[in-house]
Amino acid sequence: MINIAIQILIWAVGIIAVVTVNALALVYLERKVSAHIQCRLGPMQVGFHGLLQTVADAVKLVSKEQIIPKNADKVLFILAPILAFFPVIVLFVVMPFAPNLICRDLNIGVLYVFSFASLEVIAIFMAGWSSNNKYSLLGAMRSVAQVVSYEVPLLLAVLAVVLVIGSLKMSEVVQYQHKIWMIFLQPAAFLIFMMGGLADTNRSPFDIPEAESELIAGFHTEYSGMRFALFFLSEYSNVFLVSCIATALFLGGWYGPFVNGIHWFVIKVYALVFVMMWVRWTLPRLRPDQLMNFCWKILTPIAILNLLVTGVVLKLVH
Amino acid sequence: MYGMKIDNHPKLDRLLLPEYSNFHPLRKGFKFEGDSVDDMNRTWEIEREADQKVSSTVLEHHRRDYFVNMGPQHPSTHGVLRLLLHMDGETILEIDPVIGYAHRADEKMGENGNYMQFYPYPSRVDYLAGMIYNWGYVGTVERAIGIEITERAQYIRVIVSELQRLASHLMWYGAFLMDVGSFTPFLYCFQDREEILDMFEMCDGSRLTYNYFRFGGQERDLSPEMLDRARKFIPMMKSHLKDYEKLVQKNIIFRKRTEGVGVITKDMAIQYGVTGASLRASGFAYDVRKSEPYGIYNQFEWDVPTATTGDAYGRFAVRVQEMWQSLRILEQALTRIPEGPYNNPAAPKRFKPNPGEFYFCVESPRGEMGIYLISDGTENPYRIKMRTPCYSNLQVIKDVGRKNFLADVVCILGSLDIVVPDVDR
Repeated sequence: MINIAIQILIWAVGIIAVVTVNALALVYLERKVSAHIQCRLGPMQVGFHGLLQTVADAVKLVSKEQIIPKNADKVLFILAPILAFFPVIVLFVVMPFAPNLICRDLNIGVLYVFSFASLEVIAIFMAGWSSNNKYSLLGAMRSVAQVVSYEVPLLLAVLAVVLVIGSLKMSEVVQYQHKIWMIFLQPAAFLIFMMGGLADTNRSPFDIPEAESELIAGFHTEYSGMRFALFFLSEYSNVFLVSCIATALFLGGWYGPFVNGIHWFVIKVYALVFVMMWVRWTLPRLRPDQLMNFCWKILTPIAILNLLVTGVVLKLVH
Repeated sequence: MYGMKIDNHPKLDRLLLPEYSNFHPLRKGFKFEGDSVDDMNRTWEIEREADQKVSSTVLEHHRRDYFVNMGPQHPSTHGVLRLLLHMDGETILEIDPVIGYAHRADEKMGENGNYMQFYPYPSRVDYLAGMIYNWGYVGTVERAIGIEITERAQYIRVIVSELQRLASHLMWYGAFLMDVGSFTPFLYCFQDREEILDMFEMCDGSRLTYNYFRFGGQERDLSPEMLDRARKFIPMMKSHLKDYEKLVQKNIIFRKRTEGVGVITKDMAIQYGVTGASLRASGFAYDVRKSEPYGIYNQFEWDVPTATTGDAYGRFAVRVQEMWQSLRILEQALTRIPEGPYNNPAAPKRFKPNPGEFYFCVESPRGEMGIYLISDGTENPYRIKMRTPCYSNLQVIKDVGRKNFLADVVCILGSLDIVVPDVDR
């Protein structure tokens, strides 16, 4: 009993530490990647090549005043950032970093991931609604429409993968790929998953919920200090998580040439994160209606077709 | 500004000054002292009270449509412009631009000083086209007093004007793409613009608001180093423009965002008095440099680019072509620039032009910029009226923006290339 309690405690502390440190690393990485894409240097002053810049920013955000707008719905306003951050931590529970580095290897792992990931949208809507700001509300509306729509092709793509593997357990999903990675069996599903992932995490070119030039900062316009930081943290952690899931489902998780292990997982995840940043700093933003058209008229039919073909092929093979 | 009453006007209110103000500063009888100061102070109070009333009444309604105040502080209105949007969901029902937040009484300042004292102000009206506005003012006064401009000064004027046009278009290029949602081109364009600003620093000393033109010539000569730098700049800019074309104009998301958005028809553009690239994108080849050549523009070989679509992409393409044409003019001017005096030593310092009315217009990056000068034969101008292009170009958004999405309005506003102090003067 005590053993289990200690185990849970260690995992909880470990996950929170990983989430925070990882987010700091990602913010630094994004700054440097964007800077070099835009022929700038990025942060250079604080620490070696600005390594401590994000730490300084974190300290600034923590020490800032918490402003609540006068007409805001106070309870929801305070609750929203916490709720946005909650699924992030919960999702780390089933991430298969290495063969023996999974907190809980649930036998419904994949289902668990996607059910909790879709909770995020409630927090975003809460934030937008409770701020009592029209830009926030518009951002929240866009976000709900976008995330709910893109979850359809995303889940259809994942369903095809699950169909091939025949298990929802994260460790089995990865173990299945020890010979051939899923990306070679399901290339269409991988592309759909990455696009849906970009949309789910509100990253450019699907960043309409926080479209800076239209909605200022979207649903978190009114947030400041640590509450804003929580949204920020959850956004970057979501980017990381989408890459983690993509690595586990499509890129063979911890498998790689030479020695298998966590290093391959981390390398693949960061490579995907880099690609997502690259896309963000290269492409313009879509318009909300174009975004919806793209989802329902292009991605969803392809995903359904992919699922159908997968099913037929599997039936023929067996 | 004059307190004119117009019959049957659908919405008659103060344009540039606060709505409840009851003074008319451009009238000759206006003095800013005593009563008028009190009036101005009272204005803010009345306005504040009225605003509070409005906000409390709006809250009582529960309707499907709603109003959004886009601006005066908003990232994509490019300054203190306010758009009152009447919206239903994401769709715009009505747009009402509210201007006057950057009104700095430039015209009134012209009346208060003598002709020399108005030198530095025009470049502050449109801070992205300072050199060209300098020319606009200096050209008007030169026309009024009939002074000759030296040959070298003519070339210098063309060179700095075309460099300024490039700088302004580059700034717009980046800002427009930022409105459409991609941040990176902004910094690339700024790098090129920086090069131009460095060159301006070499010829004038300042980087943004110049005071380089004098009646009959220039304030100082262009240094050989600056000319060398400009010669080196042209091939670099050409290769960069080719790169940008590949990266931006061939990007499908960018095309989808701009094609067919905010179509200004030819008639609509003429009716509203739209000039510049926005007019040429609607298929009307009107460029002051060609149709009413000033300076020595008729000695160069260049074309007026046009488009037929009239949409945001058309305006984009026309501006990009204009950059190529500017480079073409620059190339010719830089090879042909003669030696000689850079200013006319005979130019008088203090003078009294003959009474009369004078108009001189130049092609600013945003359209026709003209100064209408009334002289009453004294040392001070009687009236300086600036015909600024953005003021007319902005009006069109009322018609064009209707029934569009919020994202499109940002795109249209960006494609019109509005500079707010140019609207408000």
